[in-house]
Amino acid sequence: MIDTNVYLSRWPTRRLPGDAAPALVEKLRTNGVTRAWAGSFDALLHRDIGGVNSRLAAECQQHGDGLLIPFGTVNPLLSDWKEDLRRCHEVHKMPGIRLHPNYHGYKFSEPAVVNLLEDAAKRNLIVQIAVRMEDPRTQHRLLTVEDVDPTPLVELLPKFPKLRVQLLNGLNVLRPDALDKLIAAGQVFVEIAALEGIGGIANLLQHVPLDRVLFGSHFPFFAWESAALKLQESELAEVQRTAIERGNAQSLVRP
Amino acid sequence: MICDLHCHLSGVDGRTPGERIAQVIEIGDRLGIERFVFYMGYPWSQDPAPDEFRRQNDQVIEALSHWHHRAFGFAYLNPKHEEESLKELDRTVKDGPLVGVKLWVAVRCSDKRLDSIIRRAAELKAVIYQHTWLKSGGNFPGESSPLDLAELASRHPETPLICGHTGGNWEVGIRAVRPHKNVFIDTAGSDPTAGFVEMAAGELGPERIIYGSDCGGRSFASQIGKITSADIPEAARKQILAGNLRKLLFPILKAKGVRL
Repeated sequence: MIDTNVYLSRWPTRRLPGDAAPALVEKLRTNGVTRAWAGSFDALLHRDIGGVNSRLAAECQQHGDGLLIPFGTVNPLLSDWKEDLRRCHEVHKMPGIRLHPNYHGYKFSEPAVVNLLEDAAKRNLIVQIAVRMEDPRTQHRLLTVEDVDPTPLVELLPKFPKLRVQLLNGLNVLRPDALDKLIAAGQVFVEIAALEGIGGIANLLQHVPLDRVLFGSHFPFFAWESAALKLQESELAEVQRTAIERGNAQSLVRP
Repeated sequence: MICDLHCHLSGVDGRTPGERIAQVIEIGDRLGIERFVFYMGYPWSQDPAPDEFRRQNDQVIEALSHWHHRAFGFAYLNPKHEEESLKELDRTVKDGPLVGVKLWVAVRCSDKRLDSIIRRAAELKAVIYQHTWLKSGGNFPGESSPLDLAELASRHPETPLICGHTGGNWEVGIRAVRPHKNVFIDTAGSDPTAGFVEMAAGELGPERIIYGSDCGGRSFASQIGKITSADIPEAARKQILAGNLRKLLFPILKAKGVRL
């Protein structure tokens, strides 16, 4: 199984079961996860993004014997962000980056962001976009952050046909029609961590192609089992289950 | 065994209440849910007039009609209409098949207008469920927080009350109800944030925690995962998933001659 949405380090306002790398690795391994695409909670608020990415890469190397695959963060509003992107790709050998536009305060319409997407496409990096980290209704009053609005990507993505974009924690935020437009606009993928509604995966597959749906848990912020049980909650054919559990992620990382 | 405290007929496909409940139970079966508690019909109304809450309760009663071996229902009431709510309690619980009360967001539950409803529900041994949230951006005007429920609980210390959603902001909700031993918490209807159940078990004891989903809007999986993932003893997990709700329902089911 490949979990495309996990985080290392500490959530800013709560200690979480599994927020130390050894415990996280043990939890994932025990549940049959063989690869986990990991970002860092530090990337939300730390301004030394280069340091965050270096620590993330080092922790992924140190724990799990290859289970953890680092996805560094780039903030296109910071000076010299291109160097952060270069290091993610060339130094840390990351297959992709994870963006947090709401915590970093930018919209997809801004020129630097368009530039970042263009550079990521040239480097053949997957771009993960965290649409939401926490329900706005439960956020700390000093850390209120709106959900990311990815709909401007509908206009932007046709310019970058090779760019692979994965939306994290987006399925409880995006309306089905907005999601459909994003999926049609380019190589856009989703994961199931924030998917809600009974029989959610079966409902999702009624309008999103199977090859665009990946497994993700948002662990350790979310309970890992909450994502895993969704595979049981919907009646899925073996081919569907395998594609979501690992096949689609394997294809995405090796286009 | 899993018993789900918090199920709705909305957010589910189906032309009739019967079609909707059948779908909920079919999907619940995939996760081993054996008993379901339903309240409120569709479409939802935050401040229902008496005709409207009677109509929604009739939808629930219709849905349950073929599922009495698997499902139970609570009566949706509005304390703004105190007399009509009391009559509805008698119609649906004393003289009907429902076994509890659901109070939503029409009136904050610290309001004295709830007192007569709580007393009558207690006489009938009906289980009382009060929605609560404590939203960072502010609640609806009539929406209760766990602090409101704590106030209600202190006025009715002998009556068991369920703190719906634990206020969503569960760290705050757990603290708010902690001193009130007659208050149980519902785990339903919030994101599956890790650590919720561990904190609740530590602060309240597992005997005061009840699993619920808030389906069909929420996923059974996401909500059950809160419990199955928790680092708590197996006996506590069983209590939360079924035992505590069974214990709460037992007096009224016994009075009605229903086996659980």
